[in-house]
Amino acid sequence: MTTEFTPLASLIGGGMIGLAAVLLMLSQGRIAGVSGIAVRLFPPYLDRELVGRLAFVLGLVIAPVIYALFMGGFAPMTIQSTVPVLVIAGLLVGFGSVWGNGCTSGHGVCGLSRFSVRSLVAVAVFMATAMITVFLTRHGMGA
Amino acid sequence: MRAIVQFLIGLLFGLGLVVSGMSDPAKVLNFLDLAAIPTGGWDASLAFVMGGAVIVTLIGYRLVWARGRPVFDDVFHLPLAKHIDVPIVAGPAIFGVGWGLAGFCPGPAFTALGTGSSQAILFVVAMLAGMVAARMISIHSNILAGKTG
Repeated sequence: MTTEFTPLASLIGGGMIGLAAVLLMLSQGRIAGVSGIAVRLFPPYLDRELVGRLAFVLGLVIAPVIYALFMGGFAPMTIQSTVPVLVIAGLLVGFGSVWGNGCTSGHGVCGLSRFSVRSLVAVAVFMATAMITVFLTRHGMGA
Repeated sequence: MRAIVQFLIGLLFGLGLVVSGMSDPAKVLNFLDLAAIPTGGWDASLAFVMGGAVIVTLIGYRLVWARGRPVFDDVFHLPLAKHIDVPIVAGPAIFGVGWGLAGFCPGPAFTALGTGSSQAILFVVAMLAGMVAARMISIHSNILAGKTG
C-alpha cells in the first residue's frame, strides 16, 4: 500500500515533537523519551514522577481524539500486521527500547540534539535493523 | 500544576506524531522500505519529521540549558553514560526489528490507542510486557555488577 509524500505536514509535525521535547526539558529538566517514561509507569518507583509520567502518556493517547475534533476525523492509520506479528513486534519494541535505554524519541530526537555518541550509535543500529527487517519481509522470503 | 503541564506536553508530542504522519505504521514502513526507491513506492516523509524535530530540539535545548535550571526542578536530569556497551547496540538492534515488523515505535503505539484500535491495544500490552522484562533484567544485572539503580 502506497502512502502520500507529505514533506510540509511532516516537517511541521516534527517541529511540534521537537517543541514538546524542549518544553519537557524547560519544565521538568527531563528527556522526552517515550520508552523511558512508559516503563517507569510500572514498579519499582525510584522517584516521585509517576503522576507526571501518567499525565504525559495520557496526553499522547488523547492526541488523535483532539486532532479528530478539529479536523473532522482521525488521521490515516493503517495496521496491516497479523495478530502474532503485532504481539512479537510489541515484545521486541518494548524489550529492545528499554534494554537500549531509548527509542526513536529518546535517542533519535533528544539524543541526537544533545550530540550524544551513544544515541548516534543507537539510531544507526535501529535504523539499519528496521530497514533490513522491512527488506526481508517485503522483498525476501519469496515475497 | 506539574501534571497538567506534562499532560499538555504529551498532547503536543502526540499531535506532532499525528500531524507528521509518524502515527501511521503504513507510512513508517514505506519510509523504511529503501528497496522501493526505484519503483517510486518509497515515502521520504519521515526524514522530514526527524529533521524538523531535531532542528527545534537542538536549538531549544541550548536556550533552555542557558537558564541554568528547569522551572519545576533544581537540576536537569541528563543521561551520564558515555561508553559504548552491549545494551546500547543490542537493545536498538532488537527494537529496530520490532519497529520494522509492525511499523510502531513506542510514541505512535500510544497515539494509536486513542483511536480505539484493538490491534493497537494488543501491540501496547505486548510492548509494555517487553519493557518491564527488560527493566527487570537491567536492574538485576546492575545489582550483580554492584551498581545502583
